Amino acid sequence: MIGEVDPTIINLTVFVLAIFVGYHVVWNVTPALHTPLMSVTNAISGIILVGAMLAAGPAESDWGVWLGAVAVTLAAINVFGGFLVTQRMLEMFRKKDKKGS
Amino acid sequence: MSANSVALAYLIASVFFILALKGLSSPLTARRGNLFGMVGMAIAVLTTLTVTKNWALIVGCIALGGAIGAVVARRVQMTAMPELVAFMHSLVGLAAVFIAIAAVNNPVSFGLPALLPMGSKLELFLGTFIGAMTWSGSVIAFMKLSGRMSGAPITFSGQHMVNLILAVVMVVFGLWFFFSETTNWTAFATMTAIAFVLGFLIIIPIGGADMPVVISMLNSYSGWAAAGIGFSLGNPMLIIAGSLVGSSGAILSYIMCKAMNRPFLSVILGGFGSEAGTAAVSDGTQKTHRSGSADDAAFLMGNADSVIIVPGYGLAVARAQHSVKELAEKLHAKGVNVRFAIHPVAGRMPGHMNVLLAEAEIPYEQVLEMDEINSDFSTTDVVLVLGANDVVNPAANVPGSPIYGMPILDAHKARTVMVVKRSMAAGYAGLDNDLFYMDKTMMVFGDAKKVVEDMVKAL
Repeated sequence: MIGEVDPTIINLTVFVLAIFVGYHVVWNVTPALHTPLMSVTNAISGIILVGAMLAAGPAESDWGVWLGAVAVTLAAINVFGGFLVTQRMLEMFRKKDKKGS
Repeated sequence: MSANSVALAYLIASVFFILALKGLSSPLTARRGNLFGMVGMAIAVLTTLTVTKNWALIVGCIALGGAIGAVVARRVQMTAMPELVAFMHSLVGLAAVFIAIAAVNNPVSFGLPALLPMGSKLELFLGTFIGAMTWSGSVIAFMKLSGRMSGAPITFSGQHMVNLILAVVMVVFGLWFFFSETTNWTAFATMTAIAFVLGFLIIIPIGGADMPVVISMLNSYSGWAAAGIGFSLGNPMLIIAGSLVGSSGAILSYIMCKAMNRPFLSVILGGFGSEAGTAAVSDGTQKTHRSGSADDAAFLMGNADSVIIVPGYGLAVARAQHSVKELAEKLHAKGVNVRFAIHPVAGRMPGHMNVLLAEAEIPYEQVLEMDEINSDFSTTDVVLVLGANDVVNPAANVPGSPIYGMPILDAHKARTVMVVKRSMAAGYAGLDNDLFYMDKTMMVFGDAKKVVEDMVKAL
């Protein structure tokens, strides 16, 4: 390739492809599980935790660290709350599964 | 860890997130999917720990947040899922704003140049603005859903104009931030503040009936906020995870809009739902309906070959899921073929009714979606409508009706229809329902739970 590609363009490539993947995967989700879908995507958007950790753990710290620490806490609520409540809901679908078969 | 190993670990985590969503294609694989999601998250967090300092602080905060999340996840009532989801969207939004502020303050810690390049500024602007709107919008949605604020739409004249002007002013401050050579805190702070106000203004005019769309939309926003932060930090994993969530929320909003017969574009732009309250149509003629007791209804169902139960939001409000399960079991024991028909907007969020029925341990083979069951109504003896209204209104098939074109459950095609309702009042759409006045329809008035319990006793 001629010259170096701007990282933003590479990110844009990832972004567009990820939307296509998301589109196809989500249309395959059974409507009965749309609420668990929403809670698990909630947990996944808690991936912002990674950004929060970078904010909370820089080499040289100033007040931004505290902002990062709050963000880590908020995102962790999302991650744990989201995955655990999804698990709780899916357990309910399993109970019936046993009975039904 | 080297930057390359970190990037590879992030790639693995991203694949796990895709597998998590893929698992939800069937209740049989869903739990494994959720587990994949957790594994992906664990990989992402542990990898990130290798490149950060302040471990004690970070691990402490994760433990604190994790404990709060775990308690909330355990305690929440299934009927309150919409509130919980709205609450969690708001957290993602606020976290995104905090991260963006931290990144503007100290770009080097995120691997960005000390003097932010224009591209990064644009990305930070997007991440902050979407995050701030997600936060304030979700807070309003949460308050409306939990009844801390009236579900009625709050409108004022020139609302759209105000929103538009604010949006333009926000972009102007964004540009100022963008073109300033040093870090322009005034521009950044003003822009963030306006984004908070905008999120608030966009959600207040939306009525309670449209909440399934709002929640899906904010779900989508929270994903885009994460993706926006991913762009700012040049982190493909955040972009992938954010885009998955963003497209998921967008698809759910689209499905909800279809089911409620609302144009998608007007939803995305906000300020919708206000027309619902004014659509009340009454031709003034006195129509007569037939009403009966729970015992009569139980007798009819007990002697039927097939019964379809149509649960609506009224059932969730009355917390009647468990009584309904008993009713279904009693009928089943009598050899009646009992099934449930779920309209896409039966609860307060997508798929809500399925979870409520699952909680009551109703086997999911008996719970069918609209498309699966609609053709069976005409061969069904009895349809029992529990706290649903607009979703069974045959007016949706009449051209010129305000809800014309809305997909409905064809309850009116069954041989006998029984409707459990508190009164003859209209539903969210403000429309009279002709189903209630048909000769084959019997109204059973009362609280859904009480009526169903009486039916169980009578059987």
